[in-house]
Amino acid sequence: MKLHALAVSLAFGLGGLAGTAAQAADNQVVIGDIDDLSGVYADVIGQGGIEAANMAIADFGGSVLGKKIVLLTADHQNKPDIGASKFREWADQSGANMILGGSNTGVSIAMAKVAAAKKVPFIAIGAAGASLTGVDCTPYTVHYAYDTTALANGTASTIVKNGGKTWYFLTADYAFGTQLQDAATKVVTANGGKSIGSVRVPLGASDFSSFLLQAQGSGAQVLGLANAGNDFSNSLKAANEFGITKTMKPAALLAFISDIHSLGLNTAQGLYLTTGWYWDLNDDTRAFGKRFFEKMKREPTMNQAAYYSATIAYLRAVKSAGTTDPDKVMAELKKSKINDMFAKNGYIRADGLMVHEMYVMQVKSPAESKYPWDYYKLVKTMSGEEAYGDHADETCPLVKK
Amino acid sequence: MSVFGFPLPVILGQLMLGLVNGSFYALLSLGLAVIFGLLGVVNFAHGAFYMLGAYAAWIALDQFGINYWFALLLAPLVVGVLGVIIERLFLRHLYRLDPLYGLLLTFGIALIAEGLLRYQFGASGQSYPVPAALAGAVNLGFMVLPIYRGWVIAASLAVCFVTWFLIERTRLGATLRAATENARLVQAFGINVPVLVMCTYGGGVALAALAGVLSAPVIQVNPLMGSSLVIVVFAVVVIGGMGSILGTIVSGLALGLIEGFTKVIYPEASNIVVFVIMAIVLIWRPAGLFGKE
Repeated sequence: MKLHALAVSLAFGLGGLAGTAAQAADNQVVIGDIDDLSGVYADVIGQGGIEAANMAIADFGGSVLGKKIVLLTADHQNKPDIGASKFREWADQSGANMILGGSNTGVSIAMAKVAAAKKVPFIAIGAAGASLTGVDCTPYTVHYAYDTTALANGTASTIVKNGGKTWYFLTADYAFGTQLQDAATKVVTANGGKSIGSVRVPLGASDFSSFLLQAQGSGAQVLGLANAGNDFSNSLKAANEFGITKTMKPAALLAFISDIHSLGLNTAQGLYLTTGWYWDLNDDTRAFGKRFFEKMKREPTMNQAAYYSATIAYLRAVKSAGTTDPDKVMAELKKSKINDMFAKNGYIRADGLMVHEMYVMQVKSPAESKYPWDYYKLVKTMSGEEAYGDHADETCPLVKK
Repeated sequence: MSVFGFPLPVILGQLMLGLVNGSFYALLSLGLAVIFGLLGVVNFAHGAFYMLGAYAAWIALDQFGINYWFALLLAPLVVGVLGVIIERLFLRHLYRLDPLYGLLLTFGIALIAEGLLRYQFGASGQSYPVPAALAGAVNLGFMVLPIYRGWVIAASLAVCFVTWFLIERTRLGATLRAATENARLVQAFGINVPVLVMCTYGGGVALAALAGVLSAPVIQVNPLMGSSLVIVVFAVVVIGGMGSILGTIVSGLALGLIEGFTKVIYPEASNIVVFVIMAIVLIWRPAGLFGKE
């Protein structure tokens, strides 16, 4: 009897699921957002990313090809297995048509593999690792906003050209940190500089002073911070406290405006950093910043702006392809230009990388900052080719063919 | 002169930094050890109270202009009262049950506290400035030590000593220890045991908050600062011997030093060395270094 009841309820349950999936595919377009919503990177995209994607959907009119656009959200908690299984679940059961991938390179690499298996377009925005469009590329991955190559070409080359020839790296001990250090080392060496050492710091270390003293002991001119989020803030804070910033020039290889905001200009002033977008670049960016600020009470990071841009770009591609068929939409995405408040003449390369202008910024001093969130001065605008290289990554199997 | 192939000044510098971190470990694990030793509660919310202490100091400065020195008194008081409320409302109902229930309750409280602060202030944290009187650095010959870090060592050693003295060497401490051995007998002598237990929990929590205020100028004040530290602190308590006050203080300082060494010799292992030591100690002495069998 018990067994019978179980079988009946299972049958009903499965039938119900199949019903929703079919329904989803029929009359709605489903966009999923899988991001760190509660951990160390929650301020980089998080709730602000959900808001930006919702703004994009509303601006697009709420529907495409006569179907309602639906946004699903999930917290991957910085765990690759959670991100990948959520992706799989949405692809199988919720009829997901496109997934926005938030922070964390490790999680994004895991999700890209699911994207390839399930044939669901995957737009990676928060992850920095350039391998997403290199060895880990897939026909369905698009890498938006920035990557480790662009960060190195921006920040590292600017500092080497300004005389910072010898480098010591403080590196987060996982895929992101090592990719960032490798990219920066290449740029430093190519410009006549030299890396004279590095220390691999476990992610989320509670104290950085010991590693910083090792860096200082090396006698290098530049302290390359190949870390992010709280690790970046805490290491810079300790470098100031120990007076290391007086003898070494710190280089923020990845810093978001949310980090600068939380550190304060007193600590962060003078830092060089590379960003794909800044709210105070021009009238378009300021207009978006103003709308975003009204909802979130803070200016958007480059990734949050990219969430808006990528969502619109995907919906436009669906509209012009006249279908949500993943292969046709990817083809449409790769042949159209991206022109909006985020990018001018951006385009998606064969390996999946979205090439667009990048900006080298210097953090203002408290005296230079005239109004709230007035944090950066533009040092240099890099063309997309200068930032990301002038050809697709050959380590990506899609490019060799 | 060199040790393990490293010049002596480098080793001395790293030991000094290890001592600073060890002071934090000692202070944090002290509260944990007091609560476990006297109440038998595995207080998983300890990291959250540490974080709340740091936030209390930051809010006091940012919203009300209350300076660091007042925050050193005020934050432990406010967070301690919060601890007392939690003890009265929830925790006291669990004393007679399996310790697992207390662990689950305090873990839940920690998650709620972290979530609320993240919702209110964001995940990237706030900066708390070093108080003017302790700004700057002194040259010790082998290293340049920020004065504030020196203050952390002095302050936490003093607090550790006072706590140890209070519990192991005074009449109040003797009553407390007696109450945990046999509550009914002590109550028969006319001592209000529930109030004593409540104050003990509040006191242990206040110690965590004090550590939070001390650390606010050193690291970014953020909602997750406690949960990343509390696991190490639990390891310190286990190594020292669950409930042993002196054992906790000594092992906190010693582990800070060992971790400091590891950061020079093999940095990648610096976040696991404490747990390796814990495993070795547990195999060799299951009750911990200073614990009673």
